[in-house]
Amino acid sequence: MSEELYYKSASELSGLLEKGEVSSLELTRSIIGRTKAVEDRVAAFNSYDEADALAQAEASDQRRSTGNISGPLDGIPVGIKDILAVKDQPLTCSSKMLENFISPYDATCIQKLKQSGAVLWGRLNMDEFAMGSSTENSATHPTSNPWNLNCVPGGSSGGSAAAVAAGEAVLTLGSDTGGSIRQPASHCGVVGLKPTYGRVSRFGLAAFASSLDQVGPMARSVEDASLLLQAISGHDLRDSTSFRKEVPDFSKSLESLKGKKWKLGLPKEYFEKASDSAAMEPVQKAIDFYRELGCEIKEVSLPHTEYAVATYYIIATAEASSNLARYDGIRYTHRAANFDPKDSVDVYNQSRAEGFGEEVKRRIILGTYVLSSGYYDAYYLKAQKARTLIRQDFEKAYEEVDALLTPTSPFPAFEKGAKMEDPLSMYLSDIYTISANLAGIPGLSLPCGYSNGMPVGLQILGKPFQEDEMLAIGQAFESAHDFKNQHPEL
Amino acid sequence: MSDTEKIDIEYVAKLARIALSEEEKAKFSEQLGSILGYIEKLEELNTEGVEPTAHPHPMENVWQEDVVSSELSVEAALQNAPKQRQNMVVVPKVVE
Repeated sequence: MSEELYYKSASELSGLLEKGEVSSLELTRSIIGRTKAVEDRVAAFNSYDEADALAQAEASDQRRSTGNISGPLDGIPVGIKDILAVKDQPLTCSSKMLENFISPYDATCIQKLKQSGAVLWGRLNMDEFAMGSSTENSATHPTSNPWNLNCVPGGSSGGSAAAVAAGEAVLTLGSDTGGSIRQPASHCGVVGLKPTYGRVSRFGLAAFASSLDQVGPMARSVEDASLLLQAISGHDLRDSTSFRKEVPDFSKSLESLKGKKWKLGLPKEYFEKASDSAAMEPVQKAIDFYRELGCEIKEVSLPHTEYAVATYYIIATAEASSNLARYDGIRYTHRAANFDPKDSVDVYNQSRAEGFGEEVKRRIILGTYVLSSGYYDAYYLKAQKARTLIRQDFEKAYEEVDALLTPTSPFPAFEKGAKMEDPLSMYLSDIYTISANLAGIPGLSLPCGYSNGMPVGLQILGKPFQEDEMLAIGQAFESAHDFKNQHPEL
Repeated sequence: MSDTEKIDIEYVAKLARIALSEEEKAKFSEQLGSILGYIEKLEELNTEGVEPTAHPHPMENVWQEDVVSSELSVEAALQNAPKQRQNMVVVPKVVE
């Protein structure tokens, strides 16, 4: 078990900070040192501001010395996906379009994180505008999986997952539109949580697909994920889709739910095709664990599962084509130097041609097509109706069980380049994660074993606004195993 | 929709305001053709009488007081503009 400061959990560090056995400055220096030592191989960051992080750490130590700490995250370095606005820091979405963009304000989750005293650390790499499952669609560079540098870390929050796995941050924030937190968490052997749609404000999150996007925590333990979720959750006047619902005290819930015997469902459509996949063995063992724990394990059906990928790629690309229309080269993005001045829209055409990468263009084109005149009813409206059926599948399943257990991904991390020329096969790798976004339910991925040395994730899908149940179910498994203390050799 | 129908890439690129290269046009036409072929799976699904979902949780209209609370200064709002002058974004001339 590793004793390095940078691999300790947020909950343990919180105690050490409180007892004065370590300062935030020491901890932050340890994280910076670790980052510098491994970043040439992992390449999780787009950029980081060392002086800014150290100043935040000093401020935290100052607060502590006067007895004014803000909570359990005070003084703890948290890495930020390069899609969330942090005032006066770059926000690139790993796109050439925003290569020079500096945020003029804080996202709401960032504002809350600052109020919690956390040390905001760096800008983490991602697939451009969160479109991808491998972080290879980044305009800056690919990120490597810390468990095997030839493999992808997953995506789109690949930098956030790799940084946590490599000890380059204690916690990180990611965003999840179709699995972008859970899938990289599973590939990098860490915990990733997509909250219920509406639990966390989307204000200051660069929009990909607004009815699907959620910000969420990535961590090395379930408890740490719950601490970060606590800090960022809650209704926000600046996001009308955020829910006016009280946020539970997740730590208290975790305590009170200990020892509960849950009713857990196995969606048969998820297991039918996956039974021979290499990633299934650890997942099956995890299911056996819950059975031995005394949980009732029950097969359930989500009959519209086979339509989820098609539904998702219509809705997500349609929303993206609309959201990304704002990147027009006029107000705050890359503007092409050469365009036809006689054609009043050519400055848009050329700026967008230069600023967007291939996958982003592909999705904007697809989204524009499915919304275009004559196709709207056949594609977009049809997909919105299919979405209703998918949501109802979950509602029915949750009448019988408390939560669902599934694999997070059909396979462990694949080699770089393996799927880049086949977008459809890349899209199909999200098959177990996208339904949660369509249904708006919360999902958690946690490490449950290995397949040929690469981490495998167990996905727990919970009821809307019951992240605490989902976390407690995850913690029951985690506390009986040692995965959270296992780190890649770098 | 049918398997043989191909995306009119010139037209869609024009709507999307993206100047695509000839290579991109050829590549995207082919790839999007196969993606659309997959998506057409939805045709077989009976959705008669099903309400469309735009938002995953039922929500009422959200009201709040109409209070001016401009949080950004003009300088901050313009700091990322590719070109600016006298508190304005400078755009290419489009009329003679």
